[in-house]
Amino acid sequence: MADAPMLQVSNLESWYGESHILHGVDFNVQEGEVVTLLGRNGAGKTTTMKSIMGLVGRRAGSIRFKGEEIVGLRPDLVARRGIAFCPEERGIFASLDVTENLMLPPRIAEGGLDIERIYTLFPNLQERARSPGTKLSGGEQQMLAIARILRTGARLLLLDEPTEGLAPVIVQQIGRTIREIKALGFTVLLVEQNFRFAATVADRHYVMEHGRVIDMIPNAELEQNMTKLHEYLGV
Amino acid sequence: MMMILGIPAPLLFGQLMLGVVNGAFYALLSLGLAIIFGMLNIVNFAHGALFMLGAFTSWGLLNYAGIGYWWALLLAPLIVGAFGVVLERLFISKLYKLDHLYGLLLTFGIALILEGLVRNYYGSSGLPYRIPAELQGAQDLGFMIMPNYRGWVVLAALVMCLITWIVIEKTSIGAKLRAATENAPLVQSFGINVPRMITLTYGAGVALAAFAGVLAAPIYSVNPGMGANFIIVVFAVVVIGGMGSILGSIITGFGLGIVEGLTRVFYPEGSATVIFVVMVIVLLARPAGLFGRAH
Ligand SMILES: Nc1ncnc2c1ncn2[C@@H]1O[C@H](COP(=O)(O)OP(=O)(O)O)[C@@H](O)[C@H]1O
Ligand SMILES: [Mg+2]
Repeated sequence: MADAPMLQVSNLESWYGESHILHGVDFNVQEGEVVTLLGRNGAGKTTTMKSIMGLVGRRAGSIRFKGEEIVGLRPDLVARRGIAFCPEERGIFASLDVTENLMLPPRIAEGGLDIERIYTLFPNLQERARSPGTKLSGGEQQMLAIARILRTGARLLLLDEPTEGLAPVIVQQIGRTIREIKALGFTVLLVEQNFRFAATVADRHYVMEHGRVIDMIPNAELEQNMTKLHEYLGV
Repeated sequence: MMMILGIPAPLLFGQLMLGVVNGAFYALLSLGLAIIFGMLNIVNFAHGALFMLGAFTSWGLLNYAGIGYWWALLLAPLIVGAFGVVLERLFISKLYKLDHLYGLLLTFGIALILEGLVRNYYGSSGLPYRIPAELQGAQDLGFMIMPNYRGWVVLAALVMCLITWIVIEKTSIGAKLRAATENAPLVQSFGINVPRMITLTYGAGVALAAFAGVLAAPIYSVNPGMGANFIIVVFAVVVIGGMGSILGSIITGFGLGIVEGLTRVFYPEGSATVIFVVMVIVLLARPAGLFGRAH
């Protein structure tokens, strides 16, 4: 690895009000990689993503994106640097129709997918263009939430549990989408509970516990590490 | 003379007209309140005082600078809106992390200060503001005489409500506003400068109040209490329409103006309270208001 990582998180600490949630998180993501954060509920995966985006109250430590420190930046300025976030609860707006939801994030750089490309990837969204965003099925809402951040030109995508609560067919479809995104050169940080799914899309896996990263497993070595992984995730 | 339900038609339609004119002000004011509430999550108690400031600004423009009604209609909302932007930056923005109650107390305090200052310099008796020459006179519609200026007020308010509605519901700026009303942090994480949007939204809501103030200047005497008189009824309108609903504010504003006008014809003793009676009934039957979404 000669190049500096696209994203380098070092000794990251975060607080929600008085509660100290992250206690020194360390990991990195190389350009073009799909990297997952695995870990039990409450391990701090979502908080890590929100900390990168500037969505938690207080942060300390370092978050370097393309070599530049972004740990103190406001969310809109983090986004403008080229990071896009797809939240766990999907964040589809009820008072906006599908097209409005799709067009909401402004273009922050060249290199985003154009709308035709997005409709080829997600044909359902075109059919439902005028429906209120929240009238879509859970799977369609997830597609919309991902599609929305592909337009913007951001090259690092943070996807928080995109498969949560979805039927197996839809999960497969999301897997295909993530592989296509990777093939298009996007870099993805993915939070997952389902490591069997994670294994089908990712290059490396970080395991989180109690607000820290406790292990890193390359996808190729996942099989050898099954026992350890079962222990970490309590499955 | 033509009679309707035992009432002389000119009286009935005259009161109806008055009701619609009042309704126009209710609609403009509650619309601004709804937009501000949706975005800032505060009930802007200063709204009445800013409406009053709009009327005084048009009076001041005329008497100190010789700038007439038509320019005032444009300039007063810009001036008072800019003042709103300053208020938001200096004071209101400091309170977003606290309970809503603080915003309410702060804006209530701002209202008292503004009214007190204006009263101090101009007294409470009220200053005259003439109807512009183009809008003097009246039309004989056969069943009633309609003063031109009142017709203009209703038309101008309707057009302004329509423009506001289109901006919010049909444009990409409006989509950002609606989205930020639902989930501001997420909208900000898409790269949109939400704090600036909040400031401008407050300024726009205040500008709407000032626009209403300019419209009101030739009808009501320009006096420090003119906003306070209106604002209590406007809060009732907002509660009835459903806090934060744009269309609800417009329809309820005009509707309640008409209800009030009709009550003045058929049961004059009740005209001052009818809106509050409606409010109680609506609150009992639909606590979220006629057009509100339950939270
Ligand atoms: N808004 C919040 N305020 C206070 N504590 C929170 C908040 N959100 C999450 N937490 C706490 O932070 C810890 C980590 O949560 P989270 O990052 O959501 O975990 P994960 O995504 O790994 O399931 C949990 O103990 C959770 O209770
Ligand atoms: Mg989570």
